[in-house]
Amino acid sequence: MIKPKDMKAMLGVNVFKHSNKPHIKIVPGKEKDERLLKIIYACPAGLYSQNDDGEVTVNLDGCLECGTCRIACGPDVLDWYYPGGGSGVQFRCG
Amino acid sequence: MEKFDVIIVGAGLAGLATAYTLAKEGFEPLVLERGDYAGAKNVTGGRIYLNPVRGMFPADFWDKAPLERPVTTEIITMLSGDAATSLRFRAAEFAAPPYQSYTVQRVKFDRWFGNQATCAGAMLVTKSRVDDVIVDGGRVVGVVAGGEELGADVVVACDGALSLVAEKAGLRKPGQPQDYAVGFKQVVELPEKAIEDRFGLPAGEGAAQLFMGALTRGRFGGGFLYTNKASVSLGMVVGIRDMMDGQPPVEPGVLLEEFKQRPEIAPLIEGGEAVEFSAHVIPEAGYNGVGKLAGDGILLAGDAAGFSLNMGLTVRGMEFAIASGVIAAQAIKRAAEKKDYSAGSLSAYRTLLGDSFVLKDLATFREAPHILDNPRFFTYYPELAGRILRDIFSIGIQPKERFGPTVRRHFGLADITGILKDGWKGRKL
Repeated sequence: MIKPKDMKAMLGVNVFKHSNKPHIKIVPGKEKDERLLKIIYACPAGLYSQNDDGEVTVNLDGCLECGTCRIACGPDVLDWYYPGGGSGVQFRCG
Repeated sequence: MEKFDVIIVGAGLAGLATAYTLAKEGFEPLVLERGDYAGAKNVTGGRIYLNPVRGMFPADFWDKAPLERPVTTEIITMLSGDAATSLRFRAAEFAAPPYQSYTVQRVKFDRWFGNQATCAGAMLVTKSRVDDVIVDGGRVVGVVAGGEELGADVVVACDGALSLVAEKAGLRKPGQPQDYAVGFKQVVELPEKAIEDRFGLPAGEGAAQLFMGALTRGRFGGGFLYTNKASVSLGMVVGIRDMMDGQPPVEPGVLLEEFKQRPEIAPLIEGGEAVEFSAHVIPEAGYNGVGKLAGDGILLAGDAAGFSLNMGLTVRGMEFAIASGVIAAQAIKRAAEKKDYSAGSLSAYRTLLGDSFVLKDLATFREAPHILDNPRFFTYYPELAGRILRDIFSIGIQPKERFGPTVRRHFGLADITGILKDGWKGRKL
């Protein structure tokens, strides 16, 4: 398992512009959906984790807007949209 | 409602190619980009093949474009747990202008391309996210961006692999894990001289290296390393289905870290500074993933249309995006002449694409996703190559056996039938 601090270091060099509105929300009642459990591992930025109640939560700081969770989980599980104009990751290399 | 002739969603290669071509034809297209600048949300491996799109632009266009290094050296490497088998290819033809392919960094290139489009007469509005499409009587008549309604004769959805715009317009359904991969990479800065020394390249030349085998732990996918001017792009692409279902589960960050620590990679990036970590989904379904390309008042181009092609040893997408953008502009010009933007009128787009390399190459290699979706490419073959070469190269205490029996020992009945089966399946490639 990658240490959260190593992932933080990888993401730390990127430019992110904070947005107050979360652009990805877990659809209520789907917090334990098996697709969500799988995205804990598949998200390249490691943004998903499971709490003590077995529910999956998402922390959007460091989101690369790659779309993996949207493809993996679909709109039934994730209320997914891009962050508002001028916010989120701003790549400098790409 | 403010009205435009054409609204293009997304300042990526497809969107900017559409805008540039339309502007040159006298249109005043509006490009809406959610990032701070063109390229802010765009990611490639990557390398772009220019030959198919060179002629679609003015003669000096590509000479001025901020590309990285021309790729003169191709390296394919199969990794097993403890061995690496590489094939390195350099041809004089690839090392002389006009170069067939270049490494590229999207932010640099797309920003420049955006400027070319605006200089030609297109309007580019950044920090503007398209929230919805406006549909009137089954016809797309505009978009909602930042709460504002903007009307258009035709909307071109160039909003990338997920294309939420195409979904909202009813032209596409949400993508499925088996049809997409995720690419993730780091850009590692190194002095130009270090890149040339480490990769054995003449000054100014570039290398593209693809990896398959143990690095994905049996999952569909592989690794890549592209030399930019003063950095390397090092990353991996893994199928999303396999990322979800592969056992034991492993995170992309761990796979990338393991890859970087391999003795074949570590010395190449030693002392370099990682300056960016990026990721993006990639359509992998090829021709079978191409669905509707036009509706009433709307066209899809680039990744949004599913135009990308993994041919195993070559992975292509950017030149499809550019060409589809240029062709979308041509189809729009025809529709404008008739003042008819219905799906029927815009269907010229598919016809023109069908006459171009875009749909031809996708159709020719339509079986590629099916053939490549074979775990043996990611485990068995890299290991087999490593085992055979180790036996050939090793000199032990015992007297050495002839090469024939040394090699034959690796081919039991199961091996031979397996290889024949893969070969039979692969004949369609």
